[in-house]
Amino acid sequence: MTFHYTRRVWTNHFFTCFALLSAAIGLGLLLLILYQVFVEGLGALSLDIFTKTTPSPGSSGGLINAIVGSLMMSGLAMLFSIPLGIMGGVYLAEYDRGGKIGETVRFLNDILLSAPSICFGMFAYEIVVLPTHGFSGYAGALALSFIAIPVILRTTEDMLTLVPDQLREAAAALGAPPSHIIFTICLSSARHGIVTGLLLAFARIVGETAPLLFTALNNQFWNVNMTGPTPNLPVTIYQLAMSPYADWHRLAWAGAMIITLAVLSINIVTRFFSDRADRRDFIS
Amino acid sequence: MTSRPNLTLVVKRSEGTAADGTFHGPLPSLVADPVMEVKTLSFSYGKKKALEGVSFPLAKNKITAIIGPSGCGKSTLLRTMNRIFDLYPAQKTQGEILFEGQNILASKTDTAWLRKRVGMVFQKPTPFPMSIFDNVAYGLKLYEKLSARDLAARVEKALRDAALWDEVKDALRASGQSLSGGQQQRLCIARALAVEPDILLLDEPTSALDPIATAKIEKLVEDLKHKYTIAIVTHNLQQAARLSDYVAFLYMGKLIEFDAAWKLFESPAEPQTRDYIAGRFG
Repeated sequence: MTFHYTRRVWTNHFFTCFALLSAAIGLGLLLLILYQVFVEGLGALSLDIFTKTTPSPGSSGGLINAIVGSLMMSGLAMLFSIPLGIMGGVYLAEYDRGGKIGETVRFLNDILLSAPSICFGMFAYEIVVLPTHGFSGYAGALALSFIAIPVILRTTEDMLTLVPDQLREAAAALGAPPSHIIFTICLSSARHGIVTGLLLAFARIVGETAPLLFTALNNQFWNVNMTGPTPNLPVTIYQLAMSPYADWHRLAWAGAMIITLAVLSINIVTRFFSDRADRRDFIS
Repeated sequence: MTSRPNLTLVVKRSEGTAADGTFHGPLPSLVADPVMEVKTLSFSYGKKKALEGVSFPLAKNKITAIIGPSGCGKSTLLRTMNRIFDLYPAQKTQGEILFEGQNILASKTDTAWLRKRVGMVFQKPTPFPMSIFDNVAYGLKLYEKLSARDLAARVEKALRDAALWDEVKDALRASGQSLSGGQQQRLCIARALAVEPDILLLDEPTSALDPIATAKIEKLVEDLKHKYTIAIVTHNLQQAARLSDYVAFLYMGKLIEFDAAWKLFESPAEPQTRDYIAGRFG
């Protein structure tokens, strides 16, 4: 073997080891976080968490108000975001491909996708909390929907772009008008991918803390009236974790585990949908 | 049916010569009873010219094959006949295509009306993401409000006409995409037939299929000509020879020759046609 060749072999070994090590560190950290969350969370889990509201100092309690509040705000945010996001995606993919307006919208949407989430909270504070003189669940839902809309819009556009033009042509060749083609052919072909996008958007907003800090605030009592400060899991975890009490810390761990489990299971369901989107629905 | 026997259909060069001296193919008078007439048609994608001064007729209840090497504009030509090119911006036509006394290229043409009368089947089978039944009913529902019973009858008729009924009659609720390639293509033909068009445009309908499926489609197309007028684009010369009554040979966007199929294949008038048929290019 020449030196030249041996050097290549060793370089190859070096890079393989380096890549393996990087993957191990990345995955290891994730597993460590999950391990910590689950060990602490499982230890703190009790029936109280799902039956009692957040405790006042010196007493024990649960998280049910925060869980319900989070679901309500995320649900409302999704109700608002789904039509806007899907219709925006339809506009970009079907009506203005490569057009100037489309390019602009796409660019702005990409900025929104990566904007720090606290900006959305401040924006909702400015346009809802200040004029209405009060924190509210509606303001929180609005802030969350600002995060969900760009995600839904982008995945809808991407999934519609994957629908082959031949299908659109085939429907148009039968005389179907564009809106009919979009509803009966395009959206239905792309449905698995679009549902994936919706689930990812939901997983994203259900664990967001920053947008809720100045909008929904938080509430330690049972409250399903979204016109006032609304309890929610992420801010509750934050406040409990910052408290000086050990049993509140345990409650925070339980909350963290509940969110982590929710996001994890949404992601697993998403895998199932996106697998199906890959495999069928599109003619190859 | 043409009133003249095929034997008299000889292309005279002078007949298709325009005022500027360029040859535009034969005048439509060669076909006695044209359903559709393409007249000095030019087509461009943006700045690129794809067709230039193409003229030829579609004879009623005949199969007209459009042949030529890749990129000669044969698919483009077919796509002007139902204005499917409208879906894309920056595409422009000049000239006329006459159908029922109307220039279908005029902007006032109702494309839904046109596409109901002029059906199209594409190169790749394009079953919609829905059941076999709904695939066939798709076009039908756009134009007619039928009772469930009448709808089922029309779907069955279309599937029978497309020689697919016996294979799918027990699985009408199955996804159209679960069928084999050849069955999918016959499903697409059934879908086009269901709206009862006058003309059927076939854009290389067998190029994505195996020989057995191809033979079935060819047999079907031959049967269909008794009811429909058919234009078929193909790069397969044997197929054109087997199926067609008339042939249009396109080369680099221009119509080189249009004639009865037997004439064009046995004694082509143009040297370019002769070279293409002999396999010297394309």
